[in-house]
Amino acid sequence: MATTQFTVDGKPARVDGDPQMPLLYALRGDLKMINPKFGCGLAQCGACTVHINGEAVRSCVLPVSAVQGQQITTLAGLGTPDKPHPLQTAFVQEQVPQCGYCINGWVMTAAAFLKKNPTATDAQVRDALAGLKCRCGTHVSIMRAIKRAQAQMV
Amino acid sequence: MNNHTRLSVTRRELLGSSGALVVSAAVPWLSGSAQAQGSNMKKPALAPDELDSWVAIQPDGQVIAYYGKVDLGQGLEVAIAQIVAEELDVAFDKVEIIMGDTATSLNQGGASSALGIQAGAKPLRNAAAEARRLLVDMASAKLGLAPGKLGVSDGVIFALDDVGKRVSYAELIGGQYFNTKVEWNKKNGNQMNVKGKAKPKLPAQYTLVGQPVSRRDVAWKVFGTGRYVSDITVPGMLHARVIRTPRAGSIAEAVDASSIQSIPGARVIREKNFLAVVADKEWDAVRAARLLKVTWSEAKNLFPTWEKVHDHIRSAPTLKRDDSEKTGDVAAAFQSAARVVQAEYEWPFQSHASMGPACAIVDARADHATLWTGSQKPHYARDGVAKQLGLAAEKVQGIWFIGPGSYGRNDAGDAALDAALLSKLTGRPVRVQGMRHDATAWDPKAPASVHRARAALDASGKVIGYEFTSRGFSRASIRSNESDPRDSLSGMEIGLPPNIGVGFGTPEESYGFNNKLLAWEVIPALLDGASPLRTSHLRDPVGLQIHFASEQFIDELAVATGADPVAFRLNYLTAARDQAVVKAAAEKSGWKARSSARRDLSADLLKGRGIAYAQRGGTILAVVAEIEVERKTGRIWGRKFTVAHDCGLVVNPEGLRHTIEGGLVQSLSRSLFEEVHFDKNSVTSVDWLSYPILDMKDAPESIDVVLINHPEVAPTGAGEATCRVVPAAVANAFFDATGVRLRRAPMTPERVMAALASAS
Repeated sequence: MATTQFTVDGKPARVDGDPQMPLLYALRGDLKMINPKFGCGLAQCGACTVHINGEAVRSCVLPVSAVQGQQITTLAGLGTPDKPHPLQTAFVQEQVPQCGYCINGWVMTAAAFLKKNPTATDAQVRDALAGLKCRCGTHVSIMRAIKRAQAQMV
Repeated sequence: MNNHTRLSVTRRELLGSSGALVVSAAVPWLSGSAQAQGSNMKKPALAPDELDSWVAIQPDGQVIAYYGKVDLGQGLEVAIAQIVAEELDVAFDKVEIIMGDTATSLNQGGASSALGIQAGAKPLRNAAAEARRLLVDMASAKLGLAPGKLGVSDGVIFALDDVGKRVSYAELIGGQYFNTKVEWNKKNGNQMNVKGKAKPKLPAQYTLVGQPVSRRDVAWKVFGTGRYVSDITVPGMLHARVIRTPRAGSIAEAVDASSIQSIPGARVIREKNFLAVVADKEWDAVRAARLLKVTWSEAKNLFPTWEKVHDHIRSAPTLKRDDSEKTGDVAAAFQSAARVVQAEYEWPFQSHASMGPACAIVDARADHATLWTGSQKPHYARDGVAKQLGLAAEKVQGIWFIGPGSYGRNDAGDAALDAALLSKLTGRPVRVQGMRHDATAWDPKAPASVHRARAALDASGKVIGYEFTSRGFSRASIRSNESDPRDSLSGMEIGLPPNIGVGFGTPEESYGFNNKLLAWEVIPALLDGASPLRTSHLRDPVGLQIHFASEQFIDELAVATGADPVAFRLNYLTAARDQAVVKAAAEKSGWKARSSARRDLSADLLKGRGIAYAQRGGTILAVVAEIEVERKTGRIWGRKFTVAHDCGLVVNPEGLRHTIEGGLVQSLSRSLFEEVHFDKNSVTSVDWLSYPILDMKDAPESIDVVLINHPEVAPTGAGEATCRVVPAAVANAFFDATGVRLRRAPMTPERVMAALASAS
């Protein structure tokens, strides 16, 4: 048993339990923050992505004890319908998600990448998003949405 | 952010709470609105022949339509709302679709064979038209004017010669019920239909159907304000992980419960060969499943291994052969042939590999139960859970929440019945979610197959005989829905006899070859029981397998007869709409006729283009693939695709385009990357490394879609047709680029390198 304290979307959080438990289970189970999804538990798909101090991290393999004192942002903290992140606006306008289970991973990973590389070329974007999975095959609309968001962000 | 987006989120938050809105909608309002003629305050029981089971007018004039299928994220919800709004003459935003809850919608078959509009919209169209007719009659009585003197605009009925005389749907019947029978065709599932006295509109009268309307389930997914089935929690629930044998056919001989005693609350649940662990916390269930020591019985070596599966298919006994699709005298044609062209093609086992493992929750009580499921056929899942629990179907409510991807009978069906059994055995609500290997290694697979094609040519090169035979594992060794526990892993593990299904399929096309035979043969399953290689429907069941072969063979015939592949198809296609899609795809892509492959093997980057065409259940389409082949690595990039798509009346072009794009990319993934690997005892494709799918770097640069609208033709499906033409279009483009055939899927870099090496 151990206690880990951190913030999620700006609010303080505290989790007691197995320090080796992946952050994903702490977020979804203990804190009821359901936006990060369980896709593989192996850091192979990205559905569980959150930002830790602004970096995109796969929460399904990161022990909760590793985020002591860190600032975590989830999809719900990235933007809201009233105050959307440009990527969220673009993903809605391009009607990207089908089942949508992967979308957390694409938006969170792209948001962290574009923040540092707002003028990335298509090839750079494709490289940055390599390894994320989408089973419904929405890749082409994801690229359209990212281009649209880039136009808003620069 | 526009209003539409905000509205969508609000709607989902309402709807996301397991049908809270549904309950309130079923309660009569005592609003004091006009007591309408023929209506009353009590909702009749859910039944196909009750108009109130299909459509309801709320006190504020909002319309609810109850849809007995589900929308998996391809815009069906919008298309159905457009159709209902059209027939009722109300604005699109006034129509709410409630779907996937067995308490409020009828069994229209769930998501099935791209029939969401083709079959699923029919009863709703008719019911909405009938509701409009009844409302106009009510207004006629109230206003004292003949129905013919009345018009309807956005839910308000008015006198055509005096618009001041008016009454709204809400005033006539808001919050009350029609209590009117409609004529039911006595069929359940996909074919369920009803009709009233009203005639639906003619396509020429449509103003809303045919328009691009955006989806209402996008915003909540992008902002994370709604819930998936895996986000549902029930008070007092246990978390479970099911433990499946590491070797097909072997069983747990001993289970050491003490191996998990250090985990708080974790315990073993076992019923015959069904084995699971449960715990109060999800992570504890995950840990327990990893730590539990089980002694398994010895390996049975039932599988031929993935490398040898096609040899197995060729040599295995034939369980059933169907050669009923035959014209002319095929044997005589081949005897008189000047030349015979033949080829053989192979397709592997493939996994649904849904984005996340399936999840289900069941709360089983003594005399009733509730199921939360991501199954795309929630009514059938409800039926299966009821049987698993020994309850009557009406004692179980099935509630659908969208799952982590669904493309047929995936692992969701097993999760529902696992949860039912565990809730029964523990007396608690139980939430089951798989781990990654459950979704990839243990989902029902799309069957592996071998396809033999041959054609007889006369001296002039005309095709005078044609024979195409598919041979493989059954398209569905378990049924494509989970209404019977015999078709589930847990059912088989507790000893229910397997429910063996046998069937395959034939190409769907209109080539007018004289003396033509389209046949299939099915071989026995490798294990009749709880097998990781049991087969069932995966998006466009057997469509990719068959048309990868048949449409590549058509190309081979074009080459053999010195014809351009487009010209060859146009020469033999007999249906005008089929010719039109081939022409449209060729024209839009800038097709340049060639009667032989480009075959420039000198460059590092080889470019080619290929076409494939097919029908599917009334839909007709052609696709042109433009690909690049990296000669040094063997990588194929499907760079640009052009699709010409004819599914009759286009209900919503925006949704249709997205549906086509998704199907195309998923099929490209299956064409290039996907192959289930297995050794003699188990599936070794267990995650995204061992079962790779298409990555962003492999996604097409562009997809051009040409929609050919035929308003005079009733709409047919779009969710699956595109899938079946992609594999052959890519293979044909590869031939154009290299002069080499790839007759085995997936077309991986290793196979490309081997093919190029053999050609040089």
